[in-house]
Amino acid sequence: MWGTVRQRLGGYSAYYSLQRIGLGHLLNSSKCYSSEAAAAKKMTVREALNSALDEEMSADPKVFLMGEEVGEYQGAYKISKGLLEKYGPERVCDTPITEAGFTGIGVGAAYYGLKPVVEFMTFNFAMQAMDHIINSAAKTNYMSAGQISVPIVFRGPNGAAAGVGAQHSQCYAAWYGSCPGLKVLAPYSSEDTRGLLKAAIRDPDPVIFLENELLYGESFPVSAEAVDSSFCLPIGKAKIEIEGKDVTITAFSKMVGYALKAAEILAKEGISAEVINLRSIRPLDRATINASVRKTNRLVTVEEGFPQHGVGAEICTSVIEESFEYLDAPVERIAGADVPMPYAANLERMALPQVEDVVRAAKRTCYRSV
Amino acid sequence: MSLTTSTKFAQPLPLNTTSSRSKEHKLLFEPFRTNTFLGSTHKLRCFNSLSKSNLHRRSAIVAVSDVVKEKKSKSSTNLLITKEEGLELYEDMVLGRAFEDMCAQMYYRGKMFGFVHLYNGQEAVSTGFIKLLKQEDSVASTYRDHVHSLSKGVSARAVMSELFGKATGCCRGQGGSMHMFSKEHNVLGGFAFIGEGIPVATGAAFSSKYRREVLKEADCDHVTVAFFGDGTCNNGQFFECLNMAALWKLPIVFVVENNLWAIGMSHVRATSDPEIWKKGPAFGMPGVHVDGMDVLKVREVAKEAIGRARRGEGPTLVECETYRFRGHSLADPDELRDPAEKAHYAARDPITALKRYMIDNNLVTEQELKTIEKKIDEVVEDAVEFADESPHPPRSQLLENVFADPKGFGIGPDGRYRCEDPKFTQGTAHV
Repeated sequence: MWGTVRQRLGGYSAYYSLQRIGLGHLLNSSKCYSSEAAAAKKMTVREALNSALDEEMSADPKVFLMGEEVGEYQGAYKISKGLLEKYGPERVCDTPITEAGFTGIGVGAAYYGLKPVVEFMTFNFAMQAMDHIINSAAKTNYMSAGQISVPIVFRGPNGAAAGVGAQHSQCYAAWYGSCPGLKVLAPYSSEDTRGLLKAAIRDPDPVIFLENELLYGESFPVSAEAVDSSFCLPIGKAKIEIEGKDVTITAFSKMVGYALKAAEILAKEGISAEVINLRSIRPLDRATINASVRKTNRLVTVEEGFPQHGVGAEICTSVIEESFEYLDAPVERIAGADVPMPYAANLERMALPQVEDVVRAAKRTCYRSV
Repeated sequence: MSLTTSTKFAQPLPLNTTSSRSKEHKLLFEPFRTNTFLGSTHKLRCFNSLSKSNLHRRSAIVAVSDVVKEKKSKSSTNLLITKEEGLELYEDMVLGRAFEDMCAQMYYRGKMFGFVHLYNGQEAVSTGFIKLLKQEDSVASTYRDHVHSLSKGVSARAVMSELFGKATGCCRGQGGSMHMFSKEHNVLGGFAFIGEGIPVATGAAFSSKYRREVLKEADCDHVTVAFFGDGTCNNGQFFECLNMAALWKLPIVFVVENNLWAIGMSHVRATSDPEIWKKGPAFGMPGVHVDGMDVLKVREVAKEAIGRARRGEGPTLVECETYRFRGHSLADPDELRDPAEKAHYAARDPITALKRYMIDNNLVTEQELKTIEKKIDEVVEDAVEFADESPHPPRSQLLENVFADPKGFGIGPDGRYRCEDPKFTQGTAHV
């Protein structure tokens, strides 16, 4: 990835000049400078996940996949398609319906240096395994004073799907994001997904990898380097999807798509929105967010989860703590409705943020001038 | 799959006594009518008769039981242990007892704080199992983990310092009484939630099997022993792991330290069928019941169970009847237990029983045992002094060890931490 960035900037000189004007951190976000790398290749998020798992499993024999229906059923959402035939049942383990049990088994295996990838059919079911995720995975490196690290990945769909009701639709980014000892990643595009899953599997710490069921089938262009098997993205770094100068919109996972659409609509009305794809909920890339707000002076946070104690609340506080004088308007927080997810299609639409909500919020920040 | 290799367990004895409670259950829950595919599990019998449901347990039992006498003895004598083994067991149990007594003293003097759960009375279980393990085998325990750590080889100094919260503790003071971890001695903790250690132990056993079969480390036969109590046997995770361990034939031994009490909840009040060993065959593994106040009996059962696991024959559930002489923790007033029950078990102190056995069988002299006791006293006193003189953790230690990855940026495509790449940005990923 570094190589590509250097090429695009025409050598080290441009790199260092950017460093000197204090925008070095922006180099870490992979921006599409030129169209030369514009992909002819498109990849769905499902293919991205499958290929990332496949490559990591073939590169390191200690990586194994464990979860309900990952083997013979080819994955509840067909993410692990073909892996059982390729790697065999010892490495692609179908488990009984025992979240607490198999999560704990994964953690115990990770204590011993294996690298489990534990798949939850949805993160809602992971609540049955919460004790192991937090108490025996996240806290162990600390409790054992660095003796025992836990190189485990917990992945699965998070957030609302379509019409699946209250017990299948919660977004857990905020809950896991508040826990020290966990890394929490929420990719959006196929490139994000590939890079972040590979980084997560290689990582020596517990990583929560929040996917989104509705994104599985969506296709995104991928650059040539993203298809390379050594590709991985840094954890803790956000990506600026579109640059702008009037308002910053932060989002993660599916909401990035909504934010991008909102940015298009706003552009037609003369408001230039900067869309930040958080990618990493924990560690949160406060540097990028704050730098962006200092540039645009306005912030809208978008998330799908419940509003109270959500990701947006943390971003808002971070901005107030570090860039208060730069704000020209109160921070707007778009979140899901403060209710369990209803079933009826129209109610569900009302309970989730829509593109119009983001547009409205952005306009509100722009019309409130100092 | 070695379904037909016979275990070297004792020959079946007629089941001589049955409790009134089990009479009507006998036909339904006859544990030995298991499926034949379990191999020789029909040879595994509970040595001692089934305990009556809520009545007193059996009276004191001398170390050598009929069942064990039937075993072919390796040495010319018919004793269960050699002198060296006996001294080792004695020393380990005395260390456990002396250490825990010292913990109580230190707690009441304010040197130790928080939750401290002592193991007095249960030493036979820890010593009986752990002294048969290798360094590479692992142990997962509960919050009552001081003696498990000591038996496994963690030094008394390291454990005492950890309890005092000093930087020289086995977890640098960051874990505490309930979270003893040692990578060197493969002590996997130390868990406060009951039942939490069982899946973790099952995972360690899983990784042992994985290493042998997938990573092709042919000599990897590491066994894991999971210790937990009677209260845990009603917890969902326990059953989930019994199922998966038996399903995948993992090299694990599940050891139930049934001391009849879960804080103040009596086992018979909390459990529909108090005979925990029966839950093993329900999942397809042998369930064995043993007198946990007798280290020699525990050791015989442990040999077999650990041998089974090492040979790849799968898990075993061992229920050890034992008793804790002190309360659940040092903060527990221990008012609910009947003094007569406590006196009954105090008479069956495992250390006294082993001492009597060794002296009666002329394995050792009183003087040799006294020497050991004196040595242990010195070890424990030295541990306290060491802990007292050790420094408190420095302020800089507060934020350390949250991640193995120093700055939280993950690992780059070259396989090294990204933060080591000088071209990567300065600062930490989290503020």
